Amino acid sequence: MTNSTKNTGSELLTVTGITKIFGTLKANDNVDLDVNTGEIHALLGENGAGKSTLVKMLFGSLQPTSGSIQWRGSTVTIGSPSAARILGIGMVFQHFSLFDALTVSENIALSLGESVDMNDLAQKTRSVSQEYGLPLDPGALVGDLSVGERQRIEIVRCLLQDPALIILDEPTSVLTPQEADKLFETLERLRDEGRSILYISHRLEEVKRLCSRATILRHGKVVGACDPRKETAASLASKMVGADIDIVHRDNAGNTGEVLLALNSLSMPAATPFAMALKNISLDLRAGEVVGIAGVAGNGQSELFDAISGEATQNNPDDVVINGQSAGLLDISERRNLGAAFIPEERLGHGAVPDFTLSENLLLARHQSDKDRFLKLGKIALINRAAVKILARKIVEDMDVRKSGEDPDASALSGGNLQKFIVGRELDRNPDVMVVNQPTWGVDAGAAARIRQALIDLATSGSAVMVISQDLDEIFEISDRIAVISDGGLSAPAPAKEMTRENIGMLMGATHQATSDGSASAAGNEEARP
Amino acid sequence: MTLFLEKRANYSRLFSALSPFLALGLTLVFGTIMFTVLGQNPAEALYIYFVLPLTDAYLIEQIVLKATPLILIAIGLSVCFRSGNWNIGAEGQYLIGGMIGSLIPVYFNDFQSPIVLPLMMVMGMLGGAMYAAVPAILKSRFGTNEILTSLMLVYVAQQFVDWLVRTPWRDPQGMGFPGTKRFNESAVLPDLLTNGEAHWGTVFAVVAAIGTWFMLSKTMKGFEVTVLGECPRAGRFAGFDAKKMTIFAFLFSGALAGLAGIAEVSGSVEKLDDNLSLGYGFTAIIVAFLGRLNPLGILAAGLILALSYIGGEEAQIVLQISNRATNVFQGLLLFFVLATDTLIHYRIRLELGSSVKGAS
Repeated sequence: MTNSTKNTGSELLTVTGITKIFGTLKANDNVDLDVNTGEIHALLGENGAGKSTLVKMLFGSLQPTSGSIQWRGSTVTIGSPSAARILGIGMVFQHFSLFDALTVSENIALSLGESVDMNDLAQKTRSVSQEYGLPLDPGALVGDLSVGERQRIEIVRCLLQDPALIILDEPTSVLTPQEADKLFETLERLRDEGRSILYISHRLEEVKRLCSRATILRHGKVVGACDPRKETAASLASKMVGADIDIVHRDNAGNTGEVLLALNSLSMPAATPFAMALKNISLDLRAGEVVGIAGVAGNGQSELFDAISGEATQNNPDDVVINGQSAGLLDISERRNLGAAFIPEERLGHGAVPDFTLSENLLLARHQSDKDRFLKLGKIALINRAAVKILARKIVEDMDVRKSGEDPDASALSGGNLQKFIVGRELDRNPDVMVVNQPTWGVDAGAAARIRQALIDLATSGSAVMVISQDLDEIFEISDRIAVISDGGLSAPAPAKEMTRENIGMLMGATHQATSDGSASAAGNEEARP
Repeated sequence: MTLFLEKRANYSRLFSALSPFLALGLTLVFGTIMFTVLGQNPAEALYIYFVLPLTDAYLIEQIVLKATPLILIAIGLSVCFRSGNWNIGAEGQYLIGGMIGSLIPVYFNDFQSPIVLPLMMVMGMLGGAMYAAVPAILKSRFGTNEILTSLMLVYVAQQFVDWLVRTPWRDPQGMGFPGTKRFNESAVLPDLLTNGEAHWGTVFAVVAAIGTWFMLSKTMKGFEVTVLGECPRAGRFAGFDAKKMTIFAFLFSGALAGLAGIAEVSGSVEKLDDNLSLGYGFTAIIVAFLGRLNPLGILAAGLILALSYIGGEEAQIVLQISNRATNVFQGLLLFFVLATDTLIHYRIRLELGSSVKGAS
């Protein structure tokens, strides 16, 4: 499908010996990279391998410590993102920088940085978006759009500047399989026009499908270059990690026991104009099973997590039942005391306080469940820091958390290592019910495998595990049953063996009224608390 | 050439210890320049500012007296600010505390008993806490901005207390001056030292500093305060209630401001008059940040700020310079303290050459 003669196109961008040093850390060490005209070039590497640092230097938001960048044959200094845009380098970020309360064309106008005629811009937006199969209504409010549509804005915004090189950072992490397919078509079309694309992803199947060349980074250094089409996903992964990755083992076919977590027609109104209401969600989670909740970002995953964890409480005690006890009215500490454990999607700022040490972050989630161990003097609640530190050290050892210093701040750890700590913090309690939102989001392949294995082992030992994830590979890898969340409603869970990517994709696009159980959501919504 | 402020990966222990001295050094350098320009001998001026007040027992007591309400109020504010609640109305809570605490000596002027003083102190704290509860409840129930409501309530309190001491509470034998009757002996906080200036309020301030330091750094409550202030979302995940924290923090700081108020009324003025509002509630905000929101740091910061006030007064008397000049000097000191504190979390980087360059 990819035309390999494109590889012989002239060199558009050549990076020679680039080094970037932050304090004592060499984020990029003598990196070479070249991108030809009209190719899709993959940049592979684990989290923390230095991909983002490299790309930020190409886009002008960081300056290299040493080394040179050549663009169309002449050496350039890219001092700022606007300088990069003038050269013809555009970037689509993993995290969108859009204002919810503004329209599509207003958002685009903001990034152009000069006064533009709004009518003219809307016209151009419409024509560019149609030309590339990225339909967009320039007058729509961004807050009303799906994540896929928001990404289209970012891509169109980039295309309006007619770039010769487009950098895409993990573009499919927020898309349904069908949306991703459409994106690939657009990218192939851009390549055929002679534009170059630098494609950052950890989804190896995609890289194999799209890219004709790949540069692999590990610990800030280039460790190899290859033609991904001639590799397997496993060989690419081991090149990234520098070792063979453990394959996750699962061998508890259908050994499920009693219901440990029950959601009974759970409905919650939307807390803010941009949040999703939960509509009539029912689910039984049994001992010994992993239930995967698939879905595209922004369809109610975080609202569902908050409702189960008790960060948002219900009006009806029976909406959420943990371990046979009605928990709808209980707060998160009380639900933890019933044997439940929770791991939120965002590590820094939700699951952990960035400027707190690991041991303080251990106390954050365990101060009530381990009251006797961590707190002294009754009501005064004197913190027994020594006891907290001992347990933190044990969790660090159990989960193989790599860190510098004895008890560093949470923000000083890489994403994967912090996630291992947060998962370990809950696993150590041996919870009966574990609810995880995006367990391996932005986590390197080695840590991700370890975390998935730990969740499966927990289920095998007789606990009930719910994994909310946008990563379908992950869902298929670890789930016994799969349900799909879309538009705030949940499809009836089905055994993983009976599910395919296609029917999950269909369910992802469904509005709740069309889900399998067919029960209407509006009534449940009105009953919910004010 | 461009100057950059770069965030450090970890805070610098070196600058954490060094910054007060750096600030003092810079203040001395710029103070020398300022006094020279004013035609004064800078060595003499700086001596009067920083050394003379510490050589005189009377002036030391003045410093302690001045520092006491600043410290008490600032300690309460440190809990508020750390928990992310911006109580700007401590001046009002201080006034209402002084007013409610005065109820007994005002209405039962002849009542003499050992329980009068403790009652007055408790009522002062309750008064301050109740007054602080207004912005707290408005914030937690209706989401109003506590900065505005607490600040506006200061003006309400000022006018109300002013009216009280001019009309219903005015001493008929007071020659027409606004103010209540002088309190009887059992309603006056005993003196602490010989000159009859410093009173037991200073002991309250030291006890409050140690107690609050213990709470903030050693107990679960302090952990809760810091988590909710740093990261409300993680606080909710931990099971902490931000609304209850708002109420707690306001009541706590209101109570300490109220205690400062009644201690000032009972220990220093010995009656309620129209001179109670001297802006301590606002200056305490500076003291709280100068002490880095740490109660023990606030103890030191309160004394240093009081020293600069008393030193400034001495400079005005001895050198005959205007109070504008002493205000500028105090401003220099505060400016350099806060500026050098930046170096704890940031480093300065100098980059030569222009930062934005185009193609080829």
